Amino acid sequence: MIEQCSMPEGWEGPQDDKEYVGFATLPNQVHRKSVKKGFDFTLMVAGESGLGKSTLVNSLFLTDMYRDRRLLSAEERITQTVEITKHVVDIEEKGVKLRLTIVDTPGFGDAVNNTECWKPVADYIDQQFEQYFRDESGLNRKNIQDNRVHCCLYFISPFGHGLRPLDVEFMRALHQRVNIVPILAKADTLTPSEVERKKGKIREEIERYGIRIYQFPECDSDEDEDFKLQDQALKESIPFAVIGSNTVVEAKGRRVRGRLYPWGIVEVENPAHCDFVKLRTMLVKTHMQDLKDVTRETHYENYRAQCIQSMTRMVVKERNRNKLTRESGTDFPIPAIPAVPDSETEKLIREKDEEVSARAGACVSCQGLHQSHSRMWEAWLELRAALSPTPCMQLCWAIVPSLSMAAHAACSRA
Amino acid sequence: MSQSGLGKSTLVNTLFKSQVSRKSSGWNREEKIPKTVEIKAIGHVIEEGGVKMKLTVIDTPGFGDQINNENCWEPIEKYINEQYEKFLKEEVNIARKKRIPDTRVHCCLYFISPTGHSLRPLDLEFMKHLSKVVNIIPVIAKADTMTLEEKTEFKQRVRKELEVNGIEFYPQKEFDEDLEDKTENDKIRQESMPFAVVGSDKEYQVNGKRILGRKTPWGVIEVENLNHCEFALLRDFVIRTHLQDLKEVTHNIHYETYRAKRLNDNGGLPPVTTETEENHESNL
Repeated sequence: MIEQCSMPEGWEGPQDDKEYVGFATLPNQVHRKSVKKGFDFTLMVAGESGLGKSTLVNSLFLTDMYRDRRLLSAEERITQTVEITKHVVDIEEKGVKLRLTIVDTPGFGDAVNNTECWKPVADYIDQQFEQYFRDESGLNRKNIQDNRVHCCLYFISPFGHGLRPLDVEFMRALHQRVNIVPILAKADTLTPSEVERKKGKIREEIERYGIRIYQFPECDSDEDEDFKLQDQALKESIPFAVIGSNTVVEAKGRRVRGRLYPWGIVEVENPAHCDFVKLRTMLVKTHMQDLKDVTRETHYENYRAQCIQSMTRMVVKERNRNKLTRESGTDFPIPAIPAVPDSETEKLIREKDEEVSARAGACVSCQGLHQSHSRMWEAWLELRAALSPTPCMQLCWAIVPSLSMAAHAACSRA
Repeated sequence: MSQSGLGKSTLVNTLFKSQVSRKSSGWNREEKIPKTVEIKAIGHVIEEGGVKMKLTVIDTPGFGDQINNENCWEPIEKYINEQYEKFLKEEVNIARKKRIPDTRVHCCLYFISPTGHSLRPLDLEFMKHLSKVVNIIPVIAKADTMTLEEKTEFKQRVRKELEVNGIEFYPQKEFDEDLEDKTENDKIRQESMPFAVVGSDKEYQVNGKRILGRKTPWGVIEVENLNHCEFALLRDFVIRTHLQDLKEVTHNIHYETYRAKRLNDNGGLPPVTTETEENHESNL
């Protein structure tokens, strides 16, 4: 007896061309285009010096980024301030190109007085957002370089009892700006039970202090059981207890990357020894795109919204103040911080002004709208002349021309 | 003393093979890192071979844990000077006790974090200030985090930094009494110090013997094995060979320096007239 094998429902078969449009090849098209364009990823590493950050970065991406680095002595470190350094490396694997940027923070947490040592780091992240904001609102958007920080690996010392006050302050200052992935560094100092205990303590403290670390997205309900278990295991391993090494040692006849001690060999890629493999999988194989998406959709949008909000708030306040001064004759202090506008930004603003007025003048067809536009424009110029610009405001002013131009273009088409 | 979590309590327990220090992992969950540096002194009497010793362990939770650690060594300096002051008062008394209770600090174990790079600015500042008032023995804590090469390199760097900054740790060069002492101490100073130690109070079976150690998935770290760490060297140094010397240096040198300074400042003896008058009256 021949068994009748049943077709899955809804499958017409390849011979039925009437129902087959062909857009099922879209993913392949996207894939080809992205591979041609290449990918980029910006990773920030932060933590006290001596926790193995550089070694881990080298181990993760199998490169040697810090060849010419010179370690400072303790005396030199007394007067050192927190710096931000950037290393860019282009790596390729199976035809896929990745431009990897590593942002390092030497000097963090090293001084005797570490008050606000996270400020340079927060400022750097904001600067990248600001740069992207400017580029995005600019006229020429073809080659925007995305330098926004996609992920921050924060190294927690294994020698303490959980999080230190500095760790808490740093994470609290940065969790709204960047995806934080906490890492338990130099995990070969700890026995397995100590690792579990520390992880539990750190997780509890993270919750207690309201720190929002990077959350892995929930898996879809139609994924298979194995994947779900893997995902669950990943979530429970935070913070990842890692060991880094770029030296190859002999262990049980195999050549592995590890650290050689008199009492044994620690293998970096052995899941029983540390979470290095989990971290690498998460960071590179499974969640790199998600990290970029969250940065783009959540952190960057928050920054942008805040920026625009604060600008409109200040404009409203200024308008009210002007009204009041004319009526009551008293002076209210402007809440804005007086910043000296540099010649660069002034030039940019002037250029934009010229562009917009040139475009506004060229259009003849919609006189009415044009008039109201130029009235608005004049009012805006007046207002702007009265204010001393902060960087955020200058940025927003750069948008207004483009917004009004967009409106203008829309009306000219109508 | 050191930042929290470097294994001070475990090491002290291992050194004296008894529970003389309360481990902070026994704290309940609500206890947080203290906001200022506290000084906790716990006294024990331990006995071995008919010899009794009163051991006082002074711990400093909260040292170096804050974000701003400026002058966090001041409470400790104050404590040490207070002990000298107490002793001085007793010594200057007319009716002195036969054995003045000695609460002075004889030895300070300073734990260096094994970063593998160099000393931290906080370590330098602390040791600079305190090497003048107390015997400091620098110790590299949690040494199981470094391989052999890293250990030797780190030790060399630390020794060099201490020398460059003029920090005299115990045994101080200037107090070597004779040639024998000098050669012995030189060897210790140039080769072994700072001792890289691993502490543990758990016992495991290795080759049929029960030894103190740490069990990891890649092997057992034996605390008393000289190939693994220098705990045995530290123990012999502090307890078996130099214990008496530590006390003598404290008494003859650090205490005398303090005393001389006090006498010069006051232009005479410290004010104890009230006590002597009382004694005088009670004797009448």
